[in-house]
Amino acid sequence: MQPRQRRSVGGFSRVIDVDTRLIGLIFGLAVIWIGFNIASDGTFLSARNLWNLSVQSASIAIMATGMVLIIVSRNIDLSVGALLGFTGYTMAMAQTQWIPQGLGLGLDHPLTWVITLAFGLVLGAILGGIQGFVIAYGGVPSFIVTLGGLLVWRGLIFQYAQGQTIAPLDPTFRLLGGGPQGSLGEFGSWALGALACVAIVIGLLYNRRRRASYGFPVRPIWALVLLGAVAITVVLGGVWVANSYPWPGALAAQFAERNNIPIPPGGLVIPTGIAYPVLIMIAVTIVMTHLAERRRFGRNVYAIGGNPVAAVLSGINTRRTVMLTFAVMGILAAVSGAVQTARLNAAVTGLGVQNELDVISAAVIGGTSFSGGIGTIPGAILGAVVMQSLRSGMVLMRVDSPMQDIVVGIVLVAAVGLDALLRRRTT
Amino acid sequence: MTAVPDPSATPSSAPASASGGAAAATHATPMVELVDIRVSFGGVHAVDGVSLDLYPGEVMGLVGGNGAGKSTLMRVLSGAQSPDAGEIRINGRRVSIHNPRDARTHGIETIYQTLALADNLDAPANVFLGREKVSGFGTLDDAAMESATRELMERLNPRFKNFKTAVASLSGGQRQSVAIARAIEFNATILIMDEPTAALGPAETAQVRELIRQLKADGIGIFLISHDIHDVFDLSDRISVMHHGEIVGTVKRTDVTTDQVLAMIILGKPPDEVTSEELASLH
Ligand SMILES: Nc1ncnc2c1ncn2[C@@H]1O[C@H](COP(=O)(O)OP(=O)(O)OP(=O)(O)O)[C@@H](O)[C@H]1O
Ligand SMILES: [Mg+2]
Repeated sequence: MQPRQRRSVGGFSRVIDVDTRLIGLIFGLAVIWIGFNIASDGTFLSARNLWNLSVQSASIAIMATGMVLIIVSRNIDLSVGALLGFTGYTMAMAQTQWIPQGLGLGLDHPLTWVITLAFGLVLGAILGGIQGFVIAYGGVPSFIVTLGGLLVWRGLIFQYAQGQTIAPLDPTFRLLGGGPQGSLGEFGSWALGALACVAIVIGLLYNRRRRASYGFPVRPIWALVLLGAVAITVVLGGVWVANSYPWPGALAAQFAERNNIPIPPGGLVIPTGIAYPVLIMIAVTIVMTHLAERRRFGRNVYAIGGNPVAAVLSGINTRRTVMLTFAVMGILAAVSGAVQTARLNAAVTGLGVQNELDVISAAVIGGTSFSGGIGTIPGAILGAVVMQSLRSGMVLMRVDSPMQDIVVGIVLVAAVGLDALLRRRTT
Repeated sequence: MTAVPDPSATPSSAPASASGGAAAATHATPMVELVDIRVSFGGVHAVDGVSLDLYPGEVMGLVGGNGAGKSTLMRVLSGAQSPDAGEIRINGRRVSIHNPRDARTHGIETIYQTLALADNLDAPANVFLGREKVSGFGTLDDAAMESATRELMERLNPRFKNFKTAVASLSGGQRQSVAIARAIEFNATILIMDEPTAALGPAETAQVRELIRQLKADGIGIFLISHDIHDVFDLSDRISVMHHGEIVGTVKRTDVTTDQVLAMIILGKPPDEVTSEELASLH
């Protein structure tokens, strides 16, 4: 009975042409969500909790997409948390001190946040690239280089911060962290959702037309419609949830007063919509998936992970490719650094501490294999959501923090163990 | 029996036999000349002063016992191994080949004994590894790559149908077909085949033999390494025998018998030095 069931799931995933592991992950997530929802009497699946979950997952998910490429090429990056902290702290310095003093632009100048962010991303690329250079051209194992990086970047923060917190930050920059104002609002969210639906339909049809024009086998119509319907449902469902979460009453009242809007009986309801960090995460996912699956760079990363010798013999510049994966990781750490500092409206010395563990766990739960060559970006995003769901659910259940770590640790090992077991049985 | 045992005399021993001669007559300079190549690993002289040449449209069989140095010599030509000494000339011009990319720019393609496939990728991705087809905006054109791979496989191994699965889950022979497809997709002028049929079934082997004849007719020069002496005799114009990193002799196929070549491989002596007792002792 067991094998037959598994075979039918495998057959199903083959027909609709979606990775079996991704389907398994979605089922796992569904179990977690429904379980916590029952245990919390419906609080877990409330719009408010789901909206918060989306924002809390974003910063880890953003970095997990880069960690996939790193682990796929048989490396590891332990420095991402410290790199996040360092770039985040530096961006805070840039907008509060260097840009106002050096360029004479105030803390609320419209250019301040753009210059700050660009500076942070370039810094992340350089620091990540330096680590990648030492790994790829210096031949030092990535575990060692990034362990050193962790100590250096974190040490540098303490060295020049002297325990100080930098606050407040530029008001526009702060929107990157989310919150009611840092969200897309009702109309924007629906518009984006509609755009995504159109893109999904066009993408599926284009892909099918292209394969058909070469005479290749294509998905049956029912699978195409099912896939499209599920994707559109998820998109519109997500927008609906985000829009079902209203601004907090006090803030809405303040807003109404400032804009001279009469407050209707029962209070003004302003739908929040998709938060900017989530928007950034979606953009990063699209870019990184494109990079991983539709670019030579990504193809080469997977080839290096699958067989490093074959990659060299095929003429791939493996060193440059590996260095670039670390530069990309650095950029993503800076993006998350911007999101986290913006969310806190402050840069603290402990920013990003232990994030490397969450990021690596997200990638691994999402199906990235340490043996190299295997892992997907969407899987890592789901992995990050699974991790954050566990934590957020346990917070709702008033499980204290050490116990949360214990559960997450066990789930991490169990997920990878289960995966290895299933893989051994199927091959 | 006119064996040509002296390796230093190889340039004068240009193939004049009926099968290889047509091409050789019009090309006085060999397309590949390896001159005094040396490679050692620690104390092991894997390749110890080897000179070898190859003419357009010629199949040069390279034979020898395990560890004789055949693969190492060919890896020098394909840029996978840098030699300690020696010189490579392509069409009479001295070239430096430091990596596989350099070799490719000279039209050299290699089917490695180890196949060198990325196990996690599918057949089209492996065929085009390092030379992916891209459409506008630099995005990978997977459909075009799959189409080209399907066309190739139609010629190589018509029963091959696994175009979307990772090559890790293919049989040894199917994997070998992928490695061969990769080498012939890019219009090589010089092809190195290190045991190309080792894992193939009889039908697929016949297909590869047919392919080698076609490529030869197109004027492509081929180095063929094989332990199957009949394969080598069927396909080669000349046969070079290696023993302990050195060339025992390079002979025209029409000048020798399989027994003589076997004697060279096993005893490491040119045919005219082999006594009849030694020859008899091989049976
Ligand atoms: N990378 C390496 N490091 C050390 N020694 C090596 C290496 N590659 C080859 N050798 C040695 O060089 C010698 C020649 O090896 P090579 O692979 O060229 O033999 P071969 O003729 O291809 O043998 P086979 O028929 O078994 O494939 C052997 O003694 C081998 O042990
Ligand atoms: Mg060999």
